Parts: sequence; C-alpha cells; structure tokens
Amino acid sequence: MKWIAAALIGGSLLLPPFFAGDFYVNLASQILIAAIFALSLNLLVGFGGMTSLGHASYLGVAAYISALLTSRYGFDHGTAALLSILATTVMAAFFGVIALRASGLGFLMITLALSQVLWGLAYRMSSLTNGDNGIPGLTRPEPFGFSLESPVAFYWFVLIVAMTAFLMMAIFVTSAFGSSLKGVRDQPRRMAALGFNPWLIRWITFIYSGFWGGIAGLLYVYYNKYIHPNSLSTMSSAEALLGVIAGGSGTLGGPAVGAALVLLLKNYASAYIERWNMLLGLVFLFIVLVMPAGIVPGFSRLMATLRGKTR
Amino acid sequence: MQFWIIQGLNSLSLGGLLFLLSSGFSLIFGLMRLANLTHGAFFMLGTYLAATTLRSFDGLNIWTTAIGAGFVVAALGGLFERLVLTRLKANPLGQVLVTLGMSFIISDACLVIWGGDSIPVPTPQNLQAPTRLFGFVFPTYRLVLVGVAVLVAVALYLLIERTRLGAMIRAGVDDRQMARAVGIPVSRLFTIVFCLGAGIAGAAGVLGGPILSAYPGLDADMLPLALIIVILGGIGSLLGAFVGSFVIGFIYTFGTALFPELAYIILFLPMIVVIAFRPQGLFGRVGA
Repeated sequence: MKWIAAALIGGSLLLPPFFAGDFYVNLASQILIAAIFALSLNLLVGFGGMTSLGHASYLGVAAYISALLTSRYGFDHGTAALLSILATTVMAAFFGVIALRASGLGFLMITLALSQVLWGLAYRMSSLTNGDNGIPGLTRPEPFGFSLESPVAFYWFVLIVAMTAFLMMAIFVTSAFGSSLKGVRDQPRRMAALGFNPWLIRWITFIYSGFWGGIAGLLYVYYNKYIHPNSLSTMSSAEALLGVIAGGSGTLGGPAVGAALVLLLKNYASAYIERWNMLLGLVFLFIVLVMPAGIVPGFSRLMATLRGKTR
Repeated sequence: MQFWIIQGLNSLSLGGLLFLLSSGFSLIFGLMRLANLTHGAFFMLGTYLAATTLRSFDGLNIWTTAIGAGFVVAALGGLFERLVLTRLKANPLGQVLVTLGMSFIISDACLVIWGGDSIPVPTPQNLQAPTRLFGFVFPTYRLVLVGVAVLVAVALYLLIERTRLGAMIRAGVDDRQMARAVGIPVSRLFTIVFCLGAGIAGAAGVLGGPILSAYPGLDADMLPLALIIVILGGIGSLLGAFVGSFVIGFIYTFGTALFPELAYIILFLPMIVVIAFRPQGLFGRVGA
C-alpha cells in the first residue's frame, strides 16, 4: 500500500512537463525546491528532535554566495556552486557547535538569533549584498551545455536534484546512523550509556541538514534569478517549519507534502489577498491547535480507521 | 572624547530600553518555560500606539501614554495567554509556534493599520531641551530613559524578592509541581506574568518611540536583541537581563558608530563567547 502510493506520487512528478502550461511547471519546480528545503529541516526537527527556527540561514547564504560569485566576481556556475555549498556546510558546522550547546527552547532561540544576525547583515551590509534592493539579473547554470532557461528544462533539472536529495535523506534516516539519531532524540541518556556520542550524532545531522538546505538555496536562486534579504528572514524559516509540522515531522514524505501545501496556499492566497503574513500566522495557530501531529499522519490514521484497523 | 561620552550615553539609554524589552521576556521564560516570540511585536505595537496617540492628542504626555499602551498590550497578551497558550500546556514547542504565528498576525495588522512608512514619535516637549553636564551636551530624554529603566528594574526586583506575589512566582520558577501541591495557583500566575511581561514590552515600545520611531520590521529588529540578551544574561534571571541589556546596548551602539556594516556580526560575538564557556548564561542557573 505504501509502495503503491509512493510509486503513484513519484510517477505523477513526471507528468507536469507533458500536460501543464509554463505557469504550472514553474509552480511544480518551486514546490520541489520547497520540499527539499523542508525535508532537510525535518532531519533536525523530526528525526533529531532539534527544532530550529533558523534554517533559512543555509538557503539564504548558499543563494547569496552563489549570486555574488557569479554576478560580481566572474566565477562560472560550477565553481560557484561548489564554493557556496562548501561555505554553507562549514557555516552549518560552526553554527552547530554553538547551537548544540543548548537543547530544546535554548536551541531554538540560538538558531533564531543566529539567522536574524545573518538577515540583518544582508540588509545592512549594502556594499556587499546591495541591501534591500537585492541582487537582480542573475543567470541559471548550463550543466553539460544544456540551457535551463525554459521552465520545462529547469523542472527536469530540479526533479533530478530533488529525487537525489530525497533518496539521500531517506538513506540517511533509515541507516544505522539514522536509528542512532532517533535513539538520541528519544533517549539521549540511554544512548550515551550504550556508548554512543549524542553530541556528535546531533552535530553530524546538523551539518547534513545544513548541506541540503544549501542545495535548496542554490536551486532557489537559480529559479528566481534574484535574491533578497527576505529569503534569510524568520518568515522564510517559519514557512519551512510550518511545512514540516503541517506535513508531519519525523515522517519521510510528510514535510514534502506540507511544503507543497504551504507554497500552494501562498500562491493562491496572494492572488486574492495581500495579507499572506497574517494568513501564515493564522495557519500556524490552526495547525498547532487542531492538527498537532500534522496532515499526513492525521490522514493515514483516518485511512486506517476507515479500513477498520485499530491503531 | 566628545564622541566617546555621547556614544556612551547613547549606549546607556539603549541599554535601558533593552532592559525594559528583555526583562519581560526573561520573566515569562523563567516561569512559563516559554520563548515568547511575540515579544518584539508587543514592543512594536506599543510604539505604533504611541505614534498615533501622541500625534493626535496634544494634552497627553509620553508617561501616561506608556502606562496606557502597557495596559492595552497587557490585556491583549492576557487574552492570548488564556485563549491559546493554556490549551497547549503539555506542548512547549506548540506554544513557541503559536507565539510566532501571533507575531506575524500582529505585525501584519500593524502594516494594515499604519501603512509601510516609518512614523516618528515626538519627543516630549519639556524634555526636548538638551542638558549640559560637565561641559557636554546631552539629549535630556535619553538621560531620563536611563533613569526610568533603573526605576523599573528596582520595582521589578522588589516585586519578585519582597512581595507575596513575587514569592509565589519564585516558587513556580523553582518547582512548578511542588508549588501547585502547596496550593499556589500556578495557572493564574502564568497569566499574571504573561500580562506583566507583555505590558512592560508595550510600555517600552512607547518609550523607545522617540529614539527608534515606528516602522514595519521594528519587531524583527528588537526580538533578536531580546533573545541575545537573555541567552547572554541567563534565562529567567532579572539581573542577567539587566547586565546583558547594558552590555548589548554598548556593543550595539559602538559597533554601529565604528563599524556600521559589521554591527550585527559584532553583536553576536559576546553571545558565542558566553555560550562556549557558560552555556547557562552569565547569571543563569545550571539547567535553566
């Protein structure tokens, strides 16, 4: 049953380029990017029990570095991508050392403070980042000579990256290491007593999560060809966290579904009303108060009840 | 010399303002184990209320406005605590998320009501004339602000350490279960402390108005300062909030004056140092 559903979803991802117009293909690309980002955050939130409110740091910093290197310093896209992912991963390692001194709410506050510092930097350091104007006029890479300018070509590119990302993260959490991560989430003391090093396990997860956040950031800046300090804001972190929690944190596919829902809501809502921030706030209240376990677990529980199973 | 003294005073007044902001945050965190991410929005709401009332009614002075706005924001905070937060008692993460959602709602509502342009808040007329001290010229309002912050600090200290209510709050901070068992109405304390913290933040927003003016994004500027101060000073410690506020006030003011583009980076250096060597904060207790 699970495999059929997965195959159906995977198969349907191949469809947009053939049946949908450019608008929907672009929307599908955005959804995939948001899904990678949410899945990377889910490694921390769902599997590691570390709720971060600063995940936009990795998306934003990777995007900014790639944007600056290609537009201002004349790097080619391949080198720029490598350097920006490297820098983002190193930053994640550094931030991890700081944030993992605390746990729970302290961890959340430190990640939030760190990301706010980066956001302030992007805003204020206008000689480097162009401040509130952002950096416009960026280009997309041309891997092996293929142009990614058309929506369809870009969609295939994003789909390949997204599938790889999903697979890599799935392997990560289902591996022995993933089991030890879940062990550290639920019973840190017992795991330490069994000879595991909880801090190291958390730190490696933190770095891995930052790495995929950076990949999402690269795709994000390729898609938009523009970068603004807003992509580093709490709002950006919060949207991803909402996706994770709405979809069901700690499940493999849930956060992708949640991220898709948040993005669709944002797109459709902003077509009718300007008050996206207020709507986002209300959705937060609704999800936390009404569906704390998330939509995907809530739905599968419903299905199980319908089929007469007791949970 | 002139530069250092003037900037020193600016640091003191910013520190005073930051104390008003972060003391409430710290109190709420200490008692309720709740990172109230609405705190920046409460502050901003106060500033906007001041901008409107002080510009439309000539007779009002900033102190009555601060008290009035404090009560308005405290009432709003109380409603939020009663209607939403109490439902999530067993779910600390859910509580943080709803405070975040609430901050989005408040800041967007401010944008709807007051628009996107920044609105200056007038400095009280009787404090507009500069003060001369030791041959230097100081803006009087900033001097008064430091005094107010110290007064509030003393009042809060007396409230926590010398009153029955304060004793109950301390009991709740130390051991919530035990406090309940001996008959302290912890749930009502939560509401009181949340109202108090929100109210101080709202009043701080009013008093900060003449220095900062009201603009969209003020909440996002102030919240990280409160977070850094509380992490620095120690969660739930009033003394920590006091010392942390002035440390950050100095670092931020001199950082902005000397290295304008790097002020934000410099801001988080002390936080890193403290986290590295004393994760519970300067005045925090172990395990806070």
